[in-house]
This record gives sequence, C-alpha cells and structure tokens, in this order.
Amino acid sequence: MRLSMKRRVLTALAVVSCAIFLRSYVFAGVSSNKKDSAKDSAGAPVVQIANADAMRVQGEQRFRANCSRCHAAPQKFPPRMMKTVLRHMRVRATITDEDMRLVLFYMTQ
Amino acid sequence: MLYLWTKNGLRRGQTPVLAVLGSLVLLVLVVPPLITAQIADTEKPIPILSGSAGAFTFVTGGHNVIDTQINPVLLVPLGDHWLVEARAEFEGQFQRPDGGGPYGGPVDKHVDYAQVDYIANPYLTVTVGRFLTPFGIFNERLYPVWIRALQPDPLILPINTAPSDGAMLRGGFPLDAKANLNYAFYISATSIENNSVDSERHVGGRVGFFLPGPRLEIGGSWQKALQEDRKNAFGFHMGWQPAKTPLSMHAEVARSYIGSGYWVEGAYRLSQAHFWQRAMRRTEVVARVQQFYAGEIDSDELGEYEAPSANTREADFGVNYFLRDGLKGVVGYGRQFSSAGNFNQWTFGIAYRFLIPLGRSGAQ
Repeated sequence: MRLSMKRRVLTALAVVSCAIFLRSYVFAGVSSNKKDSAKDSAGAPVVQIANADAMRVQGEQRFRANCSRCHAAPQKFPPRMMKTVLRHMRVRATITDEDMRLVLFYMTQ
Repeated sequence: MLYLWTKNGLRRGQTPVLAVLGSLVLLVLVVPPLITAQIADTEKPIPILSGSAGAFTFVTGGHNVIDTQINPVLLVPLGDHWLVEARAEFEGQFQRPDGGGPYGGPVDKHVDYAQVDYIANPYLTVTVGRFLTPFGIFNERLYPVWIRALQPDPLILPINTAPSDGAMLRGGFPLDAKANLNYAFYISATSIENNSVDSERHVGGRVGFFLPGPRLEIGGSWQKALQEDRKNAFGFHMGWQPAKTPLSMHAEVARSYIGSGYWVEGAYRLSQAHFWQRAMRRTEVVARVQQFYAGEIDSDELGEYEAPSANTREADFGVNYFLRDGLKGVVGYGRQFSSAGNFNQWTFGIAYRFLIPLGRSGAQ
C-alpha cells in the first residue's frame, strides 16, 4: 500500500515535470517563431526604435501611393480598427503585403 | 476530472493529493497561454461595421429623382489569415408620378457581396462566396458614394460587372523596387435572375501593374461568359496620381457584346490655390468625358442591363466639398447626347462614410 502510494506520488511528479518541460518547450518555440518573423499577431512589424522613423516615412509614402489611388486620405483610427480596415483593403485593392505592413505601421504609430 | 476521480472510487485522502497535482498541471499548462492570449487580444483586429450613406437629388431632363441609399459593410477578421466581409445596398429612388402627387417609389435591396477571404501567403488570397466582379476598377474600388468623384455611374459600368458567385484567386506583390503586380482570377458558377442576388456564369481575370514612383497603374481585364453565347469581353484601366500635384486621373475602356465605350475622369483638389486656402483645401473639382456604343443586343435588352439604349456621349463636371473626414457635399452637372435625346443632368447631395467598431477598439 505504502509502495503503491509512493509510486502514485512519483508518477504525479513525473507528470508535472513533463508538463513543465512541454510548456517551456512549446513557449520557447512560439517566442522564437515570433522573433524570427518579427511581426505581431495582426501582421504589424515589430521594429527597433532606431528604425521607427524610417519606417514611418516609408509608411507614409506607401499610404499616399496606395490609398490615394482611390480615395482621399482618411483620418487615423484606433489600432485594432486599422488592422481590420487594412486587411480589407489588402484584399480589395490588392496592395502588397509589404505595403500593407508599412501603412499599418504608419497609421498606428 | 474531479468527478471522474470520485466516480472511479478513489479512497478518502487520495483525492486531495491528486486534485492538487491535477490542478497544478492545469495551472502550468493553461494559465500562461490564457494570460498570453489576453495580452495578444489587445492587438488583434476587431469586427467593424462600415459603409456609406448618401442622399442625392438627380434632375435629369427636368425630371426630379430623390435617391437615398445606405450601403453597410460588415468586416469580421478571424485569426491572422481570415476575413469575412459583406456589403448590402438599400437604395430608394423616389419621384413624383406623372399626374402629380407625393414622392414615391421602390426601395431596392440587394447583397453586393458576401465573401470569405483566406490570406494564404503574401502572394495569394483565396476568396469564396459572392463577390464583386473584378472587371475594370470602378466596380470594385470606386463604386461607393463616398469614394466616387462624380455620383452618376459611368455609362459602361453595366458591361460585365454582374456579381459573381464562386471562387477567386487574387493578390499583389512587388516585381522589383519600381513595379508591383496585382491580379485576380475568378469563376462564377451560378446564373441567378433574382434582383437581390442576381449573378451570371462566367470566368475571367484582371492583371494590373502599379508603378509606385510615378503612381501610375495600368491593367487589363478579360471575361468569358459560360452561358448563352459564351461571348468574350475585354477591358483596360488606368489610374494616375502625380506626386507633386493633387490630381487623380482614372480611365476605363470596355468592349463586350452588350456594348463598348470608355470614360476618362480627372479630379483636382484645390489645395495649392493661394486664396481662401482653408476652403480651397477642402474643395475638389471633377470632370469626366465618356462614350457608349450599343452592342449586338437590342435596346430592350440594353435596358435590362441598365445600359443606354443607343450610342451616347456625355460630359460631366462637378465640385466636391469635404466638410470633414468621410463627409462631403456634391454638386454636379452633365450633358448627355444620344439619338434617343439630349438632356441635362444636375446632381446635388451629400455622401457620408461611417466606421463603427464592434468591439473594444484599443483607443486610448
């Protein structure tokens, strides 16, 4: 009975250890993937501050080149709205992936 | 889990140990992802109800029509790659009956598109459902009342722009630093003759080249009907917005068995004027010339397509005043010449674009 109890405790500890190992492995994978792609969940580039100004200028240029093909420049909207609008515009106006990311950066920073 | 343990008859004293260990496992596995999800949720796109509304008076040959419309657009992003989008149109056209009396008329209701988009990779988006037919650029990009510079439709708009029910592959990507390519290929599998969800069976495509430097886009469209006489249709489009001048040029040419023709339009924002600068910055003047040549079908059929019943020429001028973002007042004048009769067309109205978040927008 005592042996059986020990076995149960050891099994439980093994399960917890496995869980911790799995969790750290999975999250390490996710974080390294995020680092590789350098993009947030909605596709906006994650950039260093040093690059931010250059990206903002690029974003404004892409914004003027792409959005003004059809309509007057809209105001800036909150980030979560802007991401939806830009996903819609990416499909509707077939703007490139790079243009979308730079415009999104410009419109949300 | 606790219920199962109890049901399996675990002895008293064992349940708390296992329950604590089980809870620990749950905490270790579940809680961190939940916290991460909450953080990420603040950055995810949210559903939006957008669209446009407008109220216009069209005085055509002395006959007055009041046109009011609302075109809601629902955008629902799902995950990182999906977008569900739909647009409906509710348009009332009210006029006095010939014998006099109060304004009245039908309210047209139909679904312009209801589609699911899957952004497969930077080069390809797959669309399934009911979608706007990418023949030329006006139908897809310039149609909403808050976008179009002149409110009357171009004469060639009815050519091969019937909605499509099927699937489409589309995308845009840079060819090099100086040119982008965009494309759309589609097949429409249904032929429905119901005004609210009409469609035609056809297959087609559109390819465009955009040069970001000179801000010039040129492209062509092709469509083949998969019903009746299986005719082909062709179109070409152009857009140009010079960097140093607040000018926006668009043009389209289309040719099909319905008819053929072209339109050229220029919209100039008076932001460079040296007088009344505050008002001039908000003012846009527009001009459009266009021609339509009736095709191989008779005038009754042309009427079904809402195309002119005879060869027609038209010149339009207009002024748009942007009261604020998404809200503009419009005034327009046009003169139409055709064997069916010449007449003037005046337009007065207001167009509005709305954008309503259907969730926490992340505004500070």
